[in-house]
Amino acid sequence: MSSNDKFLIFLGCAIPYRVSAYEISARKVLAKLGVELVEMPEFNCCGLPLDPVSHETMLILAAKNLALAEQQGLNIIALCPGCAGTLKKVNKLLKADKALKEEINGHLKEAGLEFKGAIDVKHLLQVLKEDVGVEKIKSLVVKPLTNLKVAEHNGCHILRPKEYIGFDDPEDPQTLKMLIEATGATCLDYMDETECCGAPSVGVSDKVALALARDKLNHIKQVEAQALITICPFCHIMYDTNELRIEKMFNETYGIPILHYPQLLGLAMGMKPEELAFNELRVNASKILKQVTQETTT
Amino acid sequence: MTETPATPAQSKEQPIKASEIDPKFKYELQKIHGAENILKCFQCGNCTSDCPVARYSDSYRPRTLIHMALLGLKDRVLKSDTLWLCAACYTCTDHCPQGVEVANVIRVFRNLAVENSCIPQVFKEQIAAVLESGYAYKIPELRIKKRETLGLPPLPKGSGESVRKALKGVKVIDNTQKPTGEQANVQQR
Repeated sequence: MSSNDKFLIFLGCAIPYRVSAYEISARKVLAKLGVELVEMPEFNCCGLPLDPVSHETMLILAAKNLALAEQQGLNIIALCPGCAGTLKKVNKLLKADKALKEEINGHLKEAGLEFKGAIDVKHLLQVLKEDVGVEKIKSLVVKPLTNLKVAEHNGCHILRPKEYIGFDDPEDPQTLKMLIEATGATCLDYMDETECCGAPSVGVSDKVALALARDKLNHIKQVEAQALITICPFCHIMYDTNELRIEKMFNETYGIPILHYPQLLGLAMGMKPEELAFNELRVNASKILKQVTQETTT
Repeated sequence: MTETPATPAQSKEQPIKASEIDPKFKYELQKIHGAENILKCFQCGNCTSDCPVARYSDSYRPRTLIHMALLGLKDRVLKSDTLWLCAACYTCTDHCPQGVEVANVIRVFRNLAVENSCIPQVFKEQIAAVLESGYAYKIPELRIKKRETLGLPPLPKGSGESVRKALKGVKVIDNTQKPTGEQANVQQR
């Protein structure tokens, strides 16, 4: 029913709230790759933030978005792994459990909607891997980032739980690495790569959250990565917003810019840093930008 | 000496009394989606040893919480502050050799805690925001306007009204909307 080059884009809440650089760069890159994006006609939170409060609420909120997407007859591309994971999981749960589907549809009926189970949900990363393909990405790389050494942070909800997400190995994920290497950059391995950034613990215990992020940044620094590449708005906020705070608090120095993957890919595709909203990053990326632009002009 | 009610932190230190044990709690849990396999936990500790939060927290131990639940210490589990430290990274779920779905069990504890009126402020705020606009955060007007200058399409219409319709009858949500006592905080936002 749905083609693999046209998707309904699901922004979620965090991206429009404070991570527009991710949206701007993702839209630019997807357009160049020939992926057409259609806007959601109506939207509500995917449900994930309210799962701790009420599982039923989460199911209803997610199913409502799925039902809205079904009306458009398009598969969803989500930029946030939290949204992607939640919508995927609920889609799978409701497709498999008729009684649960009926119960949730009872709620959706009040809003004039019905979940049928007619579409699929993918995260940006999965679309790039499965629908666009790494060969096509490589073919559009005009300025390979050959001398750039970076590290990746997948984040949790793009990987786990494996039963519901399942397109990459949660213990040793390869997709993001492969997509980074497609830009010509080197992706370095480091200790505890698949560990949580700590963002969900902010507000409950900043001490725990910042300690987690600090350890990660230390491990990334040890392998001398010039930047950290993320694909999640929350992980990005966690590192980009807190890097300076962690430096002060624990007397550390990092100076590691945190880039959204589409920003990295956009550079390799020959786009300018301004087009890719590099100015929105809190940790200054000018050092690597200078290196990239100098190398490609020589 | 008059006795003051023990805070959750203090009660942890106190010896367990037989009278506070609810031997049926684990069977209650077993019926809830996500906690179906809780009885299979054999206390191996994999969940705790692989937990990134447990590594940095002095108090959060998923294995202990499950142990307490299996013993029937319902009140101690549901009133435990540490319940809210789980980052929902799902490492424990993926690593549990018994298929207990530990992160989901923690979520079940949290849902039950909320039913018993233990809910952190941050969640109250998010419920209020979702019910009002559909979005989990109140997106500032300036941000919405800025989208145009950034060349971004307008945001999809948030649907507070249809969210409220769809969530009608969900007990917890109805309760947090009541403008009485502590719940009034939600309304002020």
